[in-house]
Amino acid sequence: MADEKTTTVGEEAAAVTENADLLRFATAGSVDDGKSTLIGRLLLDSKSIFEDQLEAVESTSQSKGYDYTDLALLTDGLRSEREQGITIDVAYRYFATPNRKFIIADTPGHIQYTRNMVTGASTADLGLVLVDARQGLTEQSRRHAVLLSLLRVPHLVLAINKMDLVDWDESVYEKIHREFTTFATKLNIPDLEVIPISALQGDNVVNRSENTPWYSGPTLMHHLEHVHVASDRDLVDTRFPVQFVIRPKSDQYHDFRGYAGQVAGGVLKKGDEVVVLPSGMTSTISKVELFDTEIAEAFPPMSVTIHLEDDVDVSRGDMIARPKNAPKPSQDIDAMICWMTNEPLKPRQKLAIKHTTRTGRAMVKDIQYRLDVNSLHRDQEAGELALNEIGRVQLRTTVPLLCDPYSKNRTTGSFILIDEATGVTVGAGMINSGA
Amino acid sequence: MTNTHVDYQLSQLDQLEAESIHIFREVAAEFEKPVLMFSGGKDSIVMLRLAEKAFFPAKLPFPLLQVDTGLDFDEVLSTRDSWVERLGARMIVATIDEAIKAGHVVDDGKTSRNRMQIGTLLGAIEENGFTAAFGGGRRDEEKARAKERVYSHRDDFGQWDPKNQRPELWSLYNGRIHAGEHMRIFPLSNWTELDIWSYIHREQIEIPSIYFAHEREVIERDGMLLSVGPEIQPKGGEKIERKLVRFRTVGDRTQTGCVESEASDTAAIIEEIAVARVTERGATRGDDRFSEAAMEDRKKEGYF
Ligand SMILES: Nc1nc2c(ncn2[C@@H]2O[C@H](COP(=O)(O)OP(=O)(O)OP(=O)(O)O)[C@@H](O)[C@H]2O)c(=O)[nH]1
Ligand SMILES: [Mg+2]
Repeated sequence: MADEKTTTVGEEAAAVTENADLLRFATAGSVDDGKSTLIGRLLLDSKSIFEDQLEAVESTSQSKGYDYTDLALLTDGLRSEREQGITIDVAYRYFATPNRKFIIADTPGHIQYTRNMVTGASTADLGLVLVDARQGLTEQSRRHAVLLSLLRVPHLVLAINKMDLVDWDESVYEKIHREFTTFATKLNIPDLEVIPISALQGDNVVNRSENTPWYSGPTLMHHLEHVHVASDRDLVDTRFPVQFVIRPKSDQYHDFRGYAGQVAGGVLKKGDEVVVLPSGMTSTISKVELFDTEIAEAFPPMSVTIHLEDDVDVSRGDMIARPKNAPKPSQDIDAMICWMTNEPLKPRQKLAIKHTTRTGRAMVKDIQYRLDVNSLHRDQEAGELALNEIGRVQLRTTVPLLCDPYSKNRTTGSFILIDEATGVTVGAGMINSGA
Repeated sequence: MTNTHVDYQLSQLDQLEAESIHIFREVAAEFEKPVLMFSGGKDSIVMLRLAEKAFFPAKLPFPLLQVDTGLDFDEVLSTRDSWVERLGARMIVATIDEAIKAGHVVDDGKTSRNRMQIGTLLGAIEENGFTAAFGGGRRDEEKARAKERVYSHRDDFGQWDPKNQRPELWSLYNGRIHAGEHMRIFPLSNWTELDIWSYIHREQIEIPSIYFAHEREVIERDGMLLSVGPEIQPKGGEKIERKLVRFRTVGDRTQTGCVESEASDTAAIIEEIAVARVTERGATRGDDRFSEAAMEDRKKEGYF
């Protein structure tokens, strides 16, 4: 049967897997709004659940005496999560359709675990905020919407869940829709879709519901498959944080010196004039390599090796940019900070800071205001930031940071703060501008 | 010179590759003494390939560490040796027997060799003073793994504390540890089984031959097909059969089952997986069957 060049199913599947594009999305919303159930439903109805996984979840549900299969058990994988019926930490799940692979971060709704929600949302292209139709927006749904907006997650879906418990009442959907849109005008949400669903029963998740004849928008799955994410990257402003200097010290590659890193912005190619920061030395790109192959161009998020024509001094923590388009090194940083540990953040506090491939120390000069997540009021009297609070902070760093506003570049505009004694990550920072 | 990216789009597999390479370089730059935990299985071989790409043309800036259970398949060992030779990598082999002698593990006659790997591994990490250990774990393998960070902190006892993981934002990894602690690093966190196979297919990576269909004498036990050998002999009503099989994971040969299959190349395996209805671990790993939270428990103890 195998005549000349027929492609097999396997070869096709390999090609599909290889060439698909990628969408990362994160769930958000209050405790029990149905985030994990929705992810379970999405996986189940898109046929991404294996038999043994479903059987395990069915038998656990039965032994717990539930009337129905608790799909949240598909993602709530920790023992304490299953005991308490809540999500504690992010679960990453994966599924694919013919054109797209999805990386899902199912995050916890509980306020105590906000830092885990931020972990899951920091890399997301799309935020999926759930609201319980019976309750409408809560402080926690607002907090999460604010966080998604601060993290510049470019696409947002508001899923109004548990519509089965409000008799599929269109006016409930309309009311929450309006309430959220009003709130969102004060945020940065470039793209919003509002979908009425029942995660438990599957309405408008993968399959269109007969219970919502008044709704003409897409199902969640249809939207996830078609939302356009390709243009969310910066292909103009060249930013290449040097991660590692490759010097083989072997006879064969005696003079080899390559600067390895992941492109954070723009396009790099042979012949480009570049500047190395913070030294300010200039040179020209002589070669761009991916493994053992010379390539014409490198762009985000490729991990490549760059060669320069001149023997300039370049090391980890430096950045390669263009002479006429380079970030200005700055030690005074103005940023929004999400604080993630019990001990509050206070003026004059000293912390370690990691920005791109650079590390240094930072001191809090001023806490300008704390953001009230409900009213979006800026409290200038706050003086400190407690656990899970968000505020605008001025820092002074020991090393100059080579940064951009976060709104321009999520890689060169973000940093983390680390407690020097415990080594724990305690803050997430999004740079407003070099002050 | 290739020029295929006229639209500046990177396919998902290339994005995964770029992310993994970034992780390797970050660890090599920030940790004093990293090591790559090498099992000889497809995931650790893909890790090796990614590490090769990350530092080319330099040699790997860290050694490989293998826990020898004494029960590894010959095919796995020979593939390992060919990779080590080609890359000119440094290989450290920690054996369970030595770990028993050194007191890192206790052989009480009840504990499986697979389980004794934990103590052996932790002993080797401590003895060598490794501060970071790359592992080939994927989040799609199992529900506890789905929760784990790329940089996964281990305390003095090598334990994972799932309820208290450090936040991990963007691709800004925090590698701070105290003396005696170490970090497990999972560069393949976001890869699925299908991604791994598609990558092996694309890159034509050498993997142990037992992943491909071959004839083997097997017996059926607890719903698993086990390979007949010195340790596995029929008991009770079990009978030896000769079947066309392949392994989906490779580990301790007394614990790892095979599945009936005709898939003799990577394309055929991908076809099989694309239609598979049972997860990799559910089908072939005896160890995870004990309790629903078996994996979480072993991870807490320091299992990879
Ligand atoms: N009737 C109904 N119940 C639902 C629906 N979606 C979820 N539930 C139930 O709501 C409860 C909470 O669901 P989860 O999915 O665990 O909620 P969650 O948002 O993941 O909660 P956390 O992760 O702890 O914040 C469970 O008992 C679900 O069965 C729905 O559409 N309709
Ligand atoms: Mg949940």
